[in-house]
Amino acid sequence: MRETATLIVRRGHADEESRTSTYEVPYTPGQSVLDGLRFVRTNLDSTLSVRHSCINANTCKECMIIVDGKVDYACTARLEPREMVLEPLSNKAHLRDLVTEIAPPDERLEHALKSGLGKAVAGA
Amino acid sequence: MAVAIDVVQLETDVLVIGSGAAGMMAALEAGKEGAGVILADRSLIGRSGATIMAQMTVAVALGSQTPDGCEHHLADTLAAGRELCDASLAQLVCEEGPRDILQLDEWKVGWARNDDGSIRQALAPGHDRPRCVYVDFLSTGPAVAKTLRGRVLRQKEVTRIGDLYITDILVTGGVATGATGFSLADGRPVVLKAKAVVIATGGLTRLYQRNSASANMSGDGYALALRAGAELTDMEFVQFFPIGHLAPRLVGMDPIMWDPFRYKLGGRLLNAEMREFVNDYGNEEAGTYNVTRDRATFAILSEVKAGRGSPAGGAFLSFQHIPAETLRASFGPVIDRLAANGIDLTQMPIEVAPIAHYHMGGVKVDAQMRTSVPGLFSCGEANGGANGANRLSGNAITEAFVFGRIAGRTASLHARSAGNADAPVPAGALDLVSAVTPDGGEIHAGLIADLQQTMAVNVGPFRTEEGLRQALAAIADLKTRLGALPPGAPGPYNMARLDWFDLRTMLLVAEAVTRSALLRKESRGAHQRDDFPAMDPAFVLHHTVKLAGDDIVLGRAPVEGRTLCEVA
Ligand SMILES: Cc1cc2nc3c(=O)[nH]c(=O)nc-3n(C[C@H](O)[C@H](O)[C@H](O)COP(=O)(O)OP(=O)(O)OC[C@H]3O[C@@H](n4cnc5c(N)ncnc54)[C@H](O)[C@@H]3O)c2cc1C
Ligand code: FES
Repeated sequence: MRETATLIVRRGHADEESRTSTYEVPYTPGQSVLDGLRFVRTNLDSTLSVRHSCINANTCKECMIIVDGKVDYACTARLEPREMVLEPLSNKAHLRDLVTEIAPPDERLEHALKSGLGKAVAGA
Repeated sequence: MAVAIDVVQLETDVLVIGSGAAGMMAALEAGKEGAGVILADRSLIGRSGATIMAQMTVAVALGSQTPDGCEHHLADTLAAGRELCDASLAQLVCEEGPRDILQLDEWKVGWARNDDGSIRQALAPGHDRPRCVYVDFLSTGPAVAKTLRGRVLRQKEVTRIGDLYITDILVTGGVATGATGFSLADGRPVVLKAKAVVIATGGLTRLYQRNSASANMSGDGYALALRAGAELTDMEFVQFFPIGHLAPRLVGMDPIMWDPFRYKLGGRLLNAEMREFVNDYGNEEAGTYNVTRDRATFAILSEVKAGRGSPAGGAFLSFQHIPAETLRASFGPVIDRLAANGIDLTQMPIEVAPIAHYHMGGVKVDAQMRTSVPGLFSCGEANGGANGANRLSGNAITEAFVFGRIAGRTASLHARSAGNADAPVPAGALDLVSAVTPDGGEIHAGLIADLQQTMAVNVGPFRTEEGLRQALAAIADLKTRLGALPPGAPGPYNMARLDWFDLRTMLLVAEAVTRSALLRKESRGAHQRDDFPAMDPAFVLHHTVKLAGDDIVLGRAPVEGRTLCEVA
């Protein structure tokens, strides 16, 4: 019998009501939670947002989320063949699904605007 | 309902796209020259490209422990490049590398030292003597990225903007005048006006199913350059790293981590019969690891093809002959991380296979890092030419430093004299980034996976005319499914929309690689054709790529500096 992991993921963004989506993903021992989430994005539902760059190396430190109530990197937390609850970090501004605003404040677009490099204009 | 979307407009002297080693060097240098700089990255500044993931070594003729000179480094670089290096670019890397390595040392990057205090230099494959500096343990990339980031933070002329995805270069009257993109955090379209634009977006290895890439290595710079009217070169040469980690699943470690293990300790590459095989393919590897990457890749994949591969489809790599104490002395904490993954090297071999790792081809530049479009510059892995058909290990970081610094300088000088500050934004420049469309239900992330599969099967290390034509057909089909506009609406961290932009880039770049590969009817370095297995002197030339309208146009260019090659 092929084992699966059940990912229960908090969804939505600031302008929406929060909800959860539940996904069944195949499980192989040794895989990461990010492996499971990437399976979801390529095979089941690509509207699920989870930020990540390095995937394996654990160098970019972008994939921090809450796994079963504990803060962890999605790319090093182990996927397990059971229900797992995944939520965005609670102490950062929420952007969408599992993504929060983690960029240092002085490396954001808003900061560049405040420094007088440009302006936001009503357009399109 | 029509949604009013704010557009953000920014202005600067020099826009640097990408914040790996090349982009940060370019920003530092341009800032030093007094230019106002925006350093933009689609992800976090200094943390999201290949640079921070590079664990190993940096090649440089310091001669700090064995006498060396840049002419020896150049000779090895040209030999590895299989007659296709642009010798003037390769020479820049070798000649100016020491200056940047010593600069990094002064900035306290922490190059490993010998007992006498000299910078330690390790022997790496393809080098005739110990030439590669590093930071222990497997920390070269993180140390380099952190050091440069620290310097950038202190450079007042540089404004850093992360989570800013650049989608196109603005071109007015044939001159680069800035770029467009969108802010990932909120989806707002962004127009950046700049007097000079530097591409420093790194490589394309995400095109392949098995890769050492981060999610940001979709080849963005190649697509940006092509659409801006610039020329690419050598796009058929994708370097595969022979012993990428394959099985068992290993998390929290880079898949190319076995290389330093192998050349520090000697690791045995075994086939399914548990027999060493690398020397069966005309190599003479004796206990150490000195076979270049293209040859090792060939040996492993040939064994797999002959039915002697490991269960997961690669080769076994065994360190079982090495005592536990030696392993720990060499790799300290890494041994614990392996244990956490259930891997005990004294007890079991692991499985490895070639994975896409680096791109030799790229944007065509001159020795000042100028592209064929005025105002547009390029540096780092985004450039083509310096490495010819195969890159020598350790040359990529050196190249990122040297080319980044030169590009920053040239761009700042250009910005000083450029008169395009008031160039109007071309009509339609924001159409894509501000488009609002019904979501067509297509899973673009899945199409990206399909493309990666196609590229791996048909445009990998072994190629045939038939396979390449199949790949082109698949690419054409995926293009149709991509459609003309991104799905949905601008919004906070909309990854489905990001996938669309990535697929748009990846399809264009994949086509450039495939068409160039089709034209090269020979085998050379990283480009191996099953139907043309020999190297052919008639192909000592570069294939170039340009866009005419929406169509890719291929050309040929002579190899520059061959006399230099012969002298060295
Ligand atoms: C795992 C690994 C190990 C390696 N080990 C070594 C080694 O030991 N020695 C060696 O010499 N070389 C090594 N290499 C190769 C070397 O690391 C790279 O060639 C080099 O770091 C490239 O530097 P770069 O600055 O050109 O690009 P990168 O460091 O890749 O930076 C590119 C940046 O551009 C950004 N970007 C991309 N597209 C866009 C866009 N559209 N808009 C905005 N930003 C964008 C990315 O987010 C990224 O931050 C390794 C590579 C990998 C992947
Ligand atoms: S994906 Fe980079 S640290 Fe997790």
